[in-house]
Amino acid sequence: MRQPPGTLARYTTAARINHWVTAACLILLALSGMALFHPSLFFLTALFGGGADTRAIHPWFGSVLLVSFALLFVRFVRHNLWERDDTRWMVAIRSVLANDEEHAPEVGRYNAGQKLVFWGMTVLILVLFASGLVIWDTYFFGATTIAQKRIAQLAHSLAAVAIIGVWIVHVYAALWVRGTVPAMTRGVVSAGWSWRHHRKWLRESAQRR
Amino acid sequence: MADFQSLDIRRRSASTEVPPNIREATQIAKLIDVSRCIGCKACQAACMEWNDLREEEVGSFNGSYDNPADLSPATWTLMRFTEWEDPQGNLEWLIRKDGCMHCGDPGCLKACPSPGAIVQYQNGIVDFISENCIGCGYCIKGCPFNIPRLSQADQKVYKCTLCSDRVAVGQEPACAKACPTGAIAFGTKHDMTEWAGERIEDLKSRGFDQAGLYDPPGVGGTHVMYVLHHADKPSIYAGLPNDPHISRLVQAWKGVMKPIAMAGLAFTAVVGFVHWMVAGPNEVHPEDEAKGRDVLDRQDT
Repeated sequence: MRQPPGTLARYTTAARINHWVTAACLILLALSGMALFHPSLFFLTALFGGGADTRAIHPWFGSVLLVSFALLFVRFVRHNLWERDDTRWMVAIRSVLANDEEHAPEVGRYNAGQKLVFWGMTVLILVLFASGLVIWDTYFFGATTIAQKRIAQLAHSLAAVAIIGVWIVHVYAALWVRGTVPAMTRGVVSAGWSWRHHRKWLRESAQRR
Repeated sequence: MADFQSLDIRRRSASTEVPPNIREATQIAKLIDVSRCIGCKACQAACMEWNDLREEEVGSFNGSYDNPADLSPATWTLMRFTEWEDPQGNLEWLIRKDGCMHCGDPGCLKACPSPGAIVQYQNGIVDFISENCIGCGYCIKGCPFNIPRLSQADQKVYKCTLCSDRVAVGQEPACAKACPTGAIAFGTKHDMTEWAGERIEDLKSRGFDQAGLYDPPGVGGTHVMYVLHHADKPSIYAGLPNDPHISRLVQAWKGVMKPIAMAGLAFTAVVGFVHWMVAGPNEVHPEDEAKGRDVLDRQDT
């Protein structure tokens, strides 16, 4: 693909589609799940055709998410392995939050915060899927005991709240760090953005050109 | 018969509105005297008959008199037979009519996410309003007595209604009507408790020292009560819980967790907004752009 001058390719078209399928699933899951979690949000079931349809479709969104996220995981896992610099970056998180990244170690393809989002999503999606199967009573009621289902139910709702929290952090970070969203929409980032936020990755990418 | 006001609602699932409560309502109860039950299953037949329920399949013999083997969407009450040996080595045949206990503090209603799918009437009956049921099965996890059953036919959950339709028009439940020995009595909770007292006194005079009333306080009392000859150990009656409570897991999930989770997520979003106000967006400056291009250009040349 031809790059506009001064930009770098960050995500392939396939990776972007993969990301947005996952994102859509996560949002639909959050809306349908919250509807069944809190009575004040039950009105959200109207988006899915009523309570019974919401209950029926929610686990299918989850199944698509699992597959979609598994593909994302395979794509990105090698860039998300924890390194010593990541710990140092986390130590310097205060200056990063104050928009001063010069005092934090240079960052490769992903910074420590992004890696934590990646691993947080991974772990929580596994917990959600496993606990979700236990309470998918339409098909698997007989597979587990009621005592096990109670544990799964609580674990599922706790993990769901946690993953929505991670999602808020993820979305906010993408909006706060200007120039990030085009990475996932058009697939490109500017040289300046790369210099400022992912300097090591910029150098590596430049060498590979 | 007294007017049992079975259409006034005391509690409604997943609803925050306070139901009207200026009317005094008489609390009703069904009293099952286990010591008078002969296991004839007339109550089961009457329940199926009144509620138009039929098991889809004939089950298979499983070594006990229980028939069918378990409660189901079409079996709302079931005689459970236990052969129990007392400490002296005497065999006792314990027969308990199982079904919804109509708890004062219903775990099913607490767990239900669908507004109005489970209601508790002022008279104490806990009823599933099936048209509002979404089939999630949360009530099954909330119930301390393992009563509600999910139907594979329509993905809705069913259980004993205490014949709320009959009670509303001054009739007793079908099972009580059919019982040939008077083991099932129905009336106000006050009267039933008093009647149970007489029965217990009689049982004690006949050597059942531990005879007593089963009206467990852990679930706020029940509107289906048992007279047990061994009230000190309810679990010998086919696993009747000794001290039933709504599971702590369910209470955490449907209690403290709801407001804490919502507040936690709102707080996370607010923290983001405050950060935006204080630190502002992290912009790419022209000098970043120059340095970045510099790196790229060096490689290009």
